[in-house]
Amino acid sequence: MSHLLLDPNDFGLSSLGVGDAGLTGVLGYIVVFVGLFLLLAVLCISGSIFKFKAKKALAAVSPAAPAPAAEEKTAPGSAGEIKLFDVPDKDAAMIMAIVADKLQKPLNELRFISIKEVK
Amino acid sequence: MDIIGTLKGLLTDSGFAALMAKGGWQNLIMIIIACVLLYLGIKKQFEPLLLVGIAFGCLLVNVSWFVTSFNDNADALFHQDLWDAFLDPNSPAYHSYGTIMANGGLLDILYIGVKSGLYPCLIFMGVGAMTDFGPLISRPSSLIMGAAAQLGVFLAFFGASASGFFSGAQAASIGIIGGADGPTAIFLTSKLAPELLGAIAIAAYSYMALIPLIQPPIMKALTTKKERNIVMKQAREVSKTEKILFPIIVTIFVVLLLPSTAPLIGCLMLGNLFRECGVTERLSDTVQNALMNIVTIFLGISVGATTIGYRFLDLQTLLIIGLGLVAFAFSTVGGLLVGKLMCWITKGKINPLIGSAGVSAVPMAARVSQDVGRKYNKNNYLLMHAMGPNVAGVIGSAIAAGFLLKVFGG
Repeated sequence: MSHLLLDPNDFGLSSLGVGDAGLTGVLGYIVVFVGLFLLLAVLCISGSIFKFKAKKALAAVSPAAPAPAAEEKTAPGSAGEIKLFDVPDKDAAMIMAIVADKLQKPLNELRFISIKEVK
Repeated sequence: MDIIGTLKGLLTDSGFAALMAKGGWQNLIMIIIACVLLYLGIKKQFEPLLLVGIAFGCLLVNVSWFVTSFNDNADALFHQDLWDAFLDPNSPAYHSYGTIMANGGLLDILYIGVKSGLYPCLIFMGVGAMTDFGPLISRPSSLIMGAAAQLGVFLAFFGASASGFFSGAQAASIGIIGGADGPTAIFLTSKLAPELLGAIAIAAYSYMALIPLIQPPIMKALTTKKERNIVMKQAREVSKTEKILFPIIVTIFVVLLLPSTAPLIGCLMLGNLFRECGVTERLSDTVQNALMNIVTIFLGISVGATTIGYRFLDLQTLLIIGLGLVAFAFSTVGGLLVGKLMCWITKGKINPLIGSAGVSAVPMAARVSQDVGRKYNKNNYLLMHAMGPNVAGVIGSAIAAGFLLKVFGG
């Protein structure tokens, strides 16, 4: 039996008919989907195994962890949303951390209204 | 010594005389095209690492090889007649690399790496070593967008076949331009339609370089403003073990499904395993840098060498360039439509713009998704989300190539 799906003497060396070309195209697209769906299924299964393992490990560690001390309690939550003007998230986070450090205040006790890049 | 005779002989044997002879104008046009490509590569930085090599190979072959020198081309860098004999079953030199080595020029010897499929596979190894598959592992649904973005491959294949100008094998090689993956296009074309290699490689790399111009209008046309503004949540973190297992799992499942993908998928995943396993840093470094650079030089210059004037300048080349654009556009459409579908299924959790990144072209297509997304929401960072479909597209185009090779390969 030939290892080829189609005989190249029929198709490879001459022009394909419209019907054959359409059929080959559709079949090829389906094969790509099947291949990647198969991979998707395998990745989903392995992903859920790893997620389950990670949860289990976290659960095993949690009871042993010391209870947070009263003085470590965070201040009441943040209020509102910060407006950023031409400042990426990363830079904004860095600026807020620097300000908090300079003021010697916990970050969640400060309220930032907006950060704007001075041009 | 006959000074006049010697000077006359030098003049008649020179390339300048050959340019004026019958068919020489084709070489002249190719020299101009090579200069334009060099300009685009150097000045505009369109895929310069490959385009500069391809353009210079094109220049070299067209200043050193003429149709008129069929009987006296011993000094040529590239011998198209030797490669024609290599492919002719009735020739004593049929499939004889020995004949090429014994009689070929510098570019013939370098071209052996293209013909045997060596360079594209080694480049895939480098791509694997440079790619972080984390975004794909953390969001496996990206694979569907990578699959959908192969739509252009099969539509262009159909179009090329239906045009009646191309054989099935040639149409398959043209279609794979839509995979937006240079090494895959070169690999498949060198196996199925080596006579079209120059045109297909140039079309593939040119369109890959033009992705920032081709994709955004399609992305805007197929998505709403609301969809473009969707901010995606950070996907889960991927453990080291998962990253190590990924290349092994992909190799087993994809190669078992379609053994003809083994050279491309095998090399891609080996490169990635070098990167992720943590005990082969030296190999990973070599594959990413030294090996990748060397192979890129050899690949570029030897692919460029296939663009000899009398072979390149014909209606087929124009059709390939047109069909290549169709393939790219429809691949983008395929990815975007499935992106929209996934957006609808997840009730707006997925930004459909990342679907266009399914056309491979790592990381250019993902960058385009990021840029278009940020245009509408400055705080929207889609790059890492788009890397998932982007690397899925690499696997998808390798599977598409494997399928076409299985169907039309001799």
